[in-house]
Parts: sequence; C-alpha cells; structure tokens
Amino acid sequence: MSALHGNHHGEAHSPDLHGHGDTHGHGSRKGYLIGFALSVVLTAIPFWLVMTGALHNTQATALAVIALAMVQILVHTVSFLHVNTRGEGGWTLLAYMFTAVLVLIVIAGSLWIMYHLNNNMMAMTAGEMSNGM
Amino acid sequence: MSEQSILKAIFGRLTFESFPIHEPILLITFSVVVLGGLGVVAALTKFRLWGYLWKEWFTSVDHKKIGIMYVILGIVMLLRGFADAVMMRLQQALSFGASEGYLPAHHYDQVFTAHGTIMIFFVAIPLVVGIINFVMPLQIGARDVAFPYLNNLSFWLTVAGAVLVMISLFVGEFSRAGWLNYVPVSNLQNSPDTGPDYYLWALQIAGVGTTLSAINMVTTIIKMRAPGMTMMKMPVFCWTAFCSNILAVAIFPVLTAAFACLMLDRYVGTNFFTNDLGGNPMMYWNLVWIWGHPEVYVLVLPAFGIYSEVTSTFTGKRLFGYSSMVYATVVITILSWLVWLHHFFTMGSGASVNSFFGIATMVISIPTGAKIFNWLFTMYRGEIRFELPMRWVVAFMLTFVVGGMTGVLLAVPPADFVLHNSLFLVAHFHNVIIGGVVFALFAGIDYWWPKAFGFKLDPFWGKIHFWGWVIGYWVAWTPMYVAGLMGVTRRVRHLDDATLQPLFVIAAVGALIIAVGIAAFVIQIVVSIIKRDQLRDTTGDPWQGRTLEWSTSSPPPAYNFAFTPVIHDLDAWYDMKNRGYERPVTGYLPIHMPRNTGAGVILSAFALMLGFGMVWYMWWLAGLGFVGLIATAIGHTFNYDRDYYIQPDEVARVEDERTRLLGAGA
Repeated sequence: MSALHGNHHGEAHSPDLHGHGDTHGHGSRKGYLIGFALSVVLTAIPFWLVMTGALHNTQATALAVIALAMVQILVHTVSFLHVNTRGEGGWTLLAYMFTAVLVLIVIAGSLWIMYHLNNNMMAMTAGEMSNGM
Repeated sequence: MSEQSILKAIFGRLTFESFPIHEPILLITFSVVVLGGLGVVAALTKFRLWGYLWKEWFTSVDHKKIGIMYVILGIVMLLRGFADAVMMRLQQALSFGASEGYLPAHHYDQVFTAHGTIMIFFVAIPLVVGIINFVMPLQIGARDVAFPYLNNLSFWLTVAGAVLVMISLFVGEFSRAGWLNYVPVSNLQNSPDTGPDYYLWALQIAGVGTTLSAINMVTTIIKMRAPGMTMMKMPVFCWTAFCSNILAVAIFPVLTAAFACLMLDRYVGTNFFTNDLGGNPMMYWNLVWIWGHPEVYVLVLPAFGIYSEVTSTFTGKRLFGYSSMVYATVVITILSWLVWLHHFFTMGSGASVNSFFGIATMVISIPTGAKIFNWLFTMYRGEIRFELPMRWVVAFMLTFVVGGMTGVLLAVPPADFVLHNSLFLVAHFHNVIIGGVVFALFAGIDYWWPKAFGFKLDPFWGKIHFWGWVIGYWVAWTPMYVAGLMGVTRRVRHLDDATLQPLFVIAAVGALIIAVGIAAFVIQIVVSIIKRDQLRDTTGDPWQGRTLEWSTSSPPPAYNFAFTPVIHDLDAWYDMKNRGYERPVTGYLPIHMPRNTGAGVILSAFALMLGFGMVWYMWWLAGLGFVGLIATAIGHTFNYDRDYYIQPDEVARVEDERTRLLGAGA
C-alpha cells in the first residue's frame, strides 16, 4: 500500500500469515506530514481569529472556529485514522458515517430541545403571564 | 495533627454512623449475607475449590465460561433486585391512611432507586451480555470472541460495579434519586451523602465493562464469521446481537459523559447540572435519555433474537421473513436514536419538539409490530412443540403486545401529560421489560442450558417457574395500570386515599406469585443438576436445532469446532443435516487458542478500590486504586505469553469421545 507499510511488515510474509489479519494501511510518512501541517494551520487560524479579533464580530468568529474545527476533524479522519472507502471492506467508512449521523442527531437534537426549553421555561413577568403568553 | 484529622485522612467520611446498626431490616439482611458468604467461603475452602475456580473460571478467557459467569451474576443480582421489589410492594400495600408502613422515607427511596439500577445494569445487561457471549461465537462458527482477554476484563468490571452497589447496602447509603440518579435530587446540596457517589462510581466502572464488551462483540461479528456466512446468512440472534452492541458502543459514552459531568459537579464544584452559573438540570435528563432510550433496544433486540431462534426451532420451520426481520432490526437501531424526548414531554419543549418525538416514537412500533407477525407466520402451520422455551415465546407475544400498545398510547404527548410519571408508565415499562426482555432471557436459559452443560433443565419446575412469572406478572401489574390511570404517581411511599388500597394488595399478591416463579427457577436449576444423568443429552442437538451451535458437542469443547464449518445456507446446521453432513473424525490440526490471564480480576479489584475510595473521600485508597490500575494495565502489555496450541492428539481425544457418545446414542 505504501512505503512505510511495506517496510514494516516486510515482503517475506505471505498474506495469510499476516499478524492480526488486518488489511488496512497504516499511512505513509508523507500522509502524516501533510496531516500534521494541515492540523497546525487549522489550529493556528482559530487562535489568530480569537486573539486579534480580526472578524470584529463575536458570532462570526464563533462560527468560523466551529467550521474550522469540523475541517480539522475531517483532516484527522483521513490523515491519521486512515478512513477511506476501501478499508475493511467498507466497514470503516460505514462505521464512521454511522457515528457522524448519531453525533449530528445528538448535538442538533439537544440544541433544539434545550433552545425550546429555554424559550418556554423562562421566568415570566407578571405582565407576560396575564397576557396568557 | 489532631486525632480527628488523622482518622479523617485514613477513613475519609466513613465513621461508625455510616453502618446502619440502628436499622433492624438491614442488620438482619447483613447478618444473613455475612453468614451465607462465610458458608460459601468455608465450603469452597473445605473442598479446595479456590484453585479450580481461579484457574478454570475467574481467569478464563473462554467466551462460554465468561458467558456463564455473566448469567450467574445476573441471577444473583436478580434475587437482590427482586427483594427490593417485594419490599416496595409490601410497603405500598400497607401504607394507607393512618398506617405509615414499615419503611422510613429515606430507606424506601433507596429501595426503589436500587431496584431500578440493579435490574437494568446488573440483571438485564449481564444476562443479555452473558447469553450473547455464550451463543453468538458458536452461532457464527468462531472459536472465541475477537478480544478474549478484554471479554474477561469486561465481566470483572461489571462485577466490580455490582459489588460497589452491594456494599452500599451495608456501608453508608445508596442514592435516593431514582434509577437514573436524577438531578436536582442527586446534586451535592440535596444529597450530600454517599448515595449518588456510590451510584456514579458503580455505573462508571460497570459502564466501561459494558462498552468494552460491546466493542468486542461487534468486532467478533464483523471479523470472525465462518467462511460462507455472509451477513445475510447470519442467524437472526447474531443480527440482533450485532445491532444491540452497535447501539451500546454508541450510547454508553453519552452516559459516561453525563455521569462524569455530575461527578465534577459533586466533587470539584462545577455547575453543569445545577441552577447556578448557567448550569441546567434538564441537560442531565436530556443526556441520560439519549442513552436511556436506545438502551431499551440494547436489551430488547437480543430478546427478539432469542424469540426468533426459539420459534424457528420449535416449529421446525425456517423463520418467516428473515430479511424483513433483519431490516426491522436495523430500522429500530436507527429510529431508537430519534425518540428520547418522549421520556420528558412534560418538561416544556413545546408543541413542535413534542410532536416530532411523539411521531418518531409511534413510527418505531411499526418494525416491532412487523416482527410479531413474522413470529406468528413462522408458527402458522408449523409443528409446534410446546417445550419450555416455546412457552415463553407465546407468553411473550400475549404480554408484550399489550405493553407495546400502552407505549404507543404514552407516545401521544397530550396523553403523556396525564400519564407522565404515573404508575401507568411504570406498569408500561415493566410490561415491556418483563414481557419482552425477562421472558426472553428465561427462554434463552431454558433453550441453551443443554448446550452449556450437556443436560436439559427439569420441565416440571420449569413449568412452575413459567406460570409463576406469567400469572404473577399479570396479577401484579394490571392493578398498577388501573391505579396509574386514576392518577397515582410513581415512587410514592404513602397514600391517603384508602379506596386505592385493594389495588396495591392485589399487586403485592402478584409479586408473591412471581416470588414462587423465582423460587421455582432456583429449584429447577438445583433439581436439574441433581437429576443430570436422567436429563443428559449426548447428541449436542437436543431440540433438533437449526443453527451452528447445535452442530458441536454439549458442552462444546474449549475450541468449539475441530474444523471451522463452511456455510452454504441460513440455518446452517439444518442445511448440513439435510445434505447428510459427515463429521470429520481424522486429520486434526493444532488449534491456536488464547491463554487465561488474571489481569482482568486484578484490574477490576483496583477499580473497586478506586470507586470505594472516591465514594468515602479516602483519597489514599483511591490513589492506590488508580496507580494500581495504570501499573497493572501497563504491566500486562509486557505479558507476551498470551496464546497456546491445542495439539492434534488432544483434539483427537476429545473428538473420539464425542464419536463414541454419538454412536452410543444412535
């Protein structure tokens, strides 16, 4: 699969004697370096945004940081976790997507629920109550 | 340094007052437990069984033995959880009008909390995990699970959690905040005692075990199926185990995170779930139910799998609608993530949120209903043999359907505003958990017992066990539906309206009928062990089974299969029998097996020390436990002596014995 992979396991082994029966790659040095560089950049930008206040807007800064964090997650997934369409006959990607969907459900659902609770359960003034909300 | 501060440094907040010497009920229970425990220890020592137990069981990485140990843990904890249930039923039957019953409020609150906690975390989960552990690798033609040592560790971590809950009975107090340890009751200011801490540490430790076990089972199913067994040729029980464990892997981290936040609140004064500094108790409910609802399906999906296997075997037919069963299971797995808010409709989310979750909840009943029809159509025109496991299936269908319908009723948000936290709700979930999960576990124990031990369970006591549970369930919980509809809320220690008392007396009688069933279950096991020669099965296939576990001997050899079977069809063993499969009796090869290790027991002992130390603020003990955990975990990575080979002559000896038994039986 890659130089590192070849070196690590050597050519002497036939595939069926492969230690743990794993078929996925462990990545190449180049892949790791690219991932590392991207991670550093993606970490530095949010720091820069927050510390200099370059966007002059708290909400925009927060959104930008969240967006960069999502990109960061993808970089880690591809460069360090080696999730691709072929690994383990597609199980890795399937598991990853399933996890992503669940995390999305949990976060979006919780935000939605808590937002509604906050709106509905706010302490009311006497005036609001007599208006019947 | 004063004497007091030295004592405090050693014992934390543990004092003589922490022992409930002034409570006669606890004192009697304690002495019975101590005497019983000493008796067991003495007997084990007298018959020199410690070495045997340690070498053959405690340190075993054999999935079959771990499965059996899980089931034993589940049964022992069932007795404890049921004792709590009887105490509650008795209290509620007595405590009307002028009578206060016999349990003081702080004790009663601990009893209902402990009942729920134990029944879900230390009865249902160990029994389900135990049966999956024993059966699933055999059904997929594997020799063990993917990570055998992890399996042992998972079991012992669960035991450590159970032990911590049991300790709370006699040392200090257990939580009074309900089975999910609800804030604000479990906040530090409302429960400054040890109760919520016992709860949190016990479940965190056991939760690690459950998560690791789930990872193990998912990996086993994906990676270790016998050649030819595609996903769609896998027995339904394995499919349900697969989906159940995927759910467990996904939900337990949420629970762990919620508990961790509550621990931080209680130990270092954060405000995640208080009303101060932006904290929000409702977030705790939100998080625990994101775990809690899928958890229901973690338990009930394998139960559905057991019913499927039993129905197909005892009607002598292929399961009706195999692929629809699989898809229904997968759909439930996903939908179970979209319904959690129905546990707190009344919290005030408003119409749009409530309707979304209400409708999602109703939708989930469709795949479940489809399954019921699949079992009915499997039975239709089958040659049904009403052996013990099949009886449980019929009782399940009649009981569970009612629970399902009351569930759909509760899913309607306006109806839920009336019924929320009423006994109607309590009756509903006992209806689905007893009628769905518990009946399946008994069906599974009756069904796979001969596979595990080589002899069937006694049918006479089995029938008493069966009727005790089924009649007892209906007598105990029908009045609770009625009381709930009339507005009685849950977790109430005392009621003023004496006209309600007959309902609670009937419920108490129902609990006693269930007690007869439980007693008969224990007697059934004892009687069967005594009469094992009469109940012996030498074929390994006592029920005319259809799946692979019945192709090997009972009990199966350590290596399960001398040759890994090749699968051509769903119901692989039935297919093999039909094609005139000849069991190979020569040409054995060395079999690669994992070696036993004591690391799981040691790690769990340190986890228990950590938990107990943290509960009582004995920081030195907690520190010792933590350092021990890390040191043992790292030390174990240097243990390279992890596997061995069973030599062909040993395999030949075991297999020749089976050949002889098969010949003698024919």
